Amino acid sequence: MSRRTVVVVGAGPAGLSAARAAARAGADVTLLDASDQVGGQFWRHRALPGGGTAPDEPTFHHGWGTFTALRDVVATHPRVTLLTSAQVWALERLDAGVRLRVLVGPADGAGREHLTLTPDALVLATGAHDRTLPFPGWQLPGVTTAGAAQALAKAERVAVGDRVVVAGAGPFLLPVASSLLRTGARVLSVHEAATPASMARGWGARPAGLLGAAHKAGELGGYVGTLARHRVAYRLGEAVVAARGDGRVEEVTVARVDARWSPVPGTERTVAADAVCVSHGFTPRLELAVAAACAISPDRFVVVDDEQRTSAAGVWAAGELTGIGGAEAALAEGWVAGHHAASGAPDDAGLARAARRRARSADFARRLDAAHGIRGGWTSWLRDDTLVCRCEEVDAGTLRAAACATGSADLRSVRLTSRAGLGPCQARICGRTVAELVGATEPAPGGDTGSAPAVPDRRPLVVPVRLGDLATLPDVPAADAP
Amino acid sequence: MSATSQGAGPRPLTITLDGRPFAGTEGQTIAGMLLAARRRSWRTTSVESAPRGVFCGIGVCFDCLVTVNGSRDVRACLRRAADGDVVETQHDPLPGVTS
Repeated sequence: MSRRTVVVVGAGPAGLSAARAAARAGADVTLLDASDQVGGQFWRHRALPGGGTAPDEPTFHHGWGTFTALRDVVATHPRVTLLTSAQVWALERLDAGVRLRVLVGPADGAGREHLTLTPDALVLATGAHDRTLPFPGWQLPGVTTAGAAQALAKAERVAVGDRVVVAGAGPFLLPVASSLLRTGARVLSVHEAATPASMARGWGARPAGLLGAAHKAGELGGYVGTLARHRVAYRLGEAVVAARGDGRVEEVTVARVDARWSPVPGTERTVAADAVCVSHGFTPRLELAVAAACAISPDRFVVVDDEQRTSAAGVWAAGELTGIGGAEAALAEGWVAGHHAASGAPDDAGLARAARRRARSADFARRLDAAHGIRGGWTSWLRDDTLVCRCEEVDAGTLRAAACATGSADLRSVRLTSRAGLGPCQARICGRTVAELVGATEPAPGGDTGSAPAVPDRRPLVVPVRLGDLATLPDVPAADAP
Repeated sequence: MSATSQGAGPRPLTITLDGRPFAGTEGQTIAGMLLAARRRSWRTTSVESAPRGVFCGIGVCFDCLVTVNGSRDVRACLRRAADGDVVETQHDPLPGVTS
């Protein structure tokens, strides 16, 4: 009778691909994104009046043509409803399926419109955000994540500074440096913590093996070429270990690090800079998956099967939420997830192609971790007065004292004693760092679906909601049907 | 495939931060406008009264909160500026903490 309804949360590569596949398989699809544009972080772009495209837009992106094709499908397909500026702020489990609470309107605005959705199937494609390890002075204005620099360059052509140092770990540092150069910033240097030996372990000894898939290697080769043309040094086995300045960053300390990322004494040098962009990897946005009781792996990704199905009935997941695989993998995973969420035919030719593309990317996360995964020695660049929780301004010394005082590695008591992770960001920035610093135990392998997973990713309210908005929340009958 | 905007281009707009005008164009975020004018910080933290501006740039860290047209705790990196927006910096000292 009525068609199967699929809600896709997140309109980046995975979500766009999932929405298209689900619609193609015959479902009625609602695609939600908190931003007022589609594309996610990967295809974040200038917002021009009338939905126009800036002439230089393709130069900031890979696969821009893939994006515009997907964007046009979700904007025009008769079975796709696209809702932007739509923030899912809560997910409730029902006897069958889930209920999503959504606010539609300007970011953090008052008086946004309420929307409640109870789809037959849910595809989570909420992506990931930067993970930045703390270092002395990282709270100074001018120190940003690499993702912030990328977002401002892609969306507004604004450079975060004039003289910029890029540092951290992972291939993502290269496109960030490239975008900064395009926006007119002077990139002084790029410091990759991974040593040449661990780079070789992950990507192979020869540069051609850098990213496995041939086009990925070409993509990165292009960035390296851009850096070389601008005489930007790309230095391996180095880290920004401190930032200093009066009210804003004015200089940073760069040091060589060993294979465990411990700074090598005597190698420190000072670099004058007015911006520092630092990221050490990505961490998935797990709130909705955790609220839906999806099993989470020990390394904090959503566990999915071959059909991208999570352990929660009626919930699929795709993209960075299931492992840091890059946009190609996200597109393929989204295809598979959307198709199955829509109960598409198992012998579909497009599905088979997507599954093959997914298989080609399967090795990426393992290689990425082998080459660039965070090594424990980084904690030796912390001082007692180094802030760990930026919101509540809790430093490493206080945190360690709290861990000693509570006499346990129980994350909850450490957080309540020190207040680390209890501020507005709800431990999104410091959660994993705090857990690692106090030696908190990770959840059981395979995710303990029955009980609450480790504290940091459990946020019943996905984003802060104004009391006024809660007051206007429409009642939902207890026995409502979709 | 997609329209290009060769013509008029984005319209200029002006906002104020604590009464001081900042110019930008339609489609920019409040944080983007401030950063483009080389303003690096606007919020003041509660414990150490320290300056903060953009950190994550994508709505995750809540460092860049501002008051917009009387509405508190708006993430400046997410909110698109509208012409005439009255933006104010935020500082909420903790009780008993001198600032």
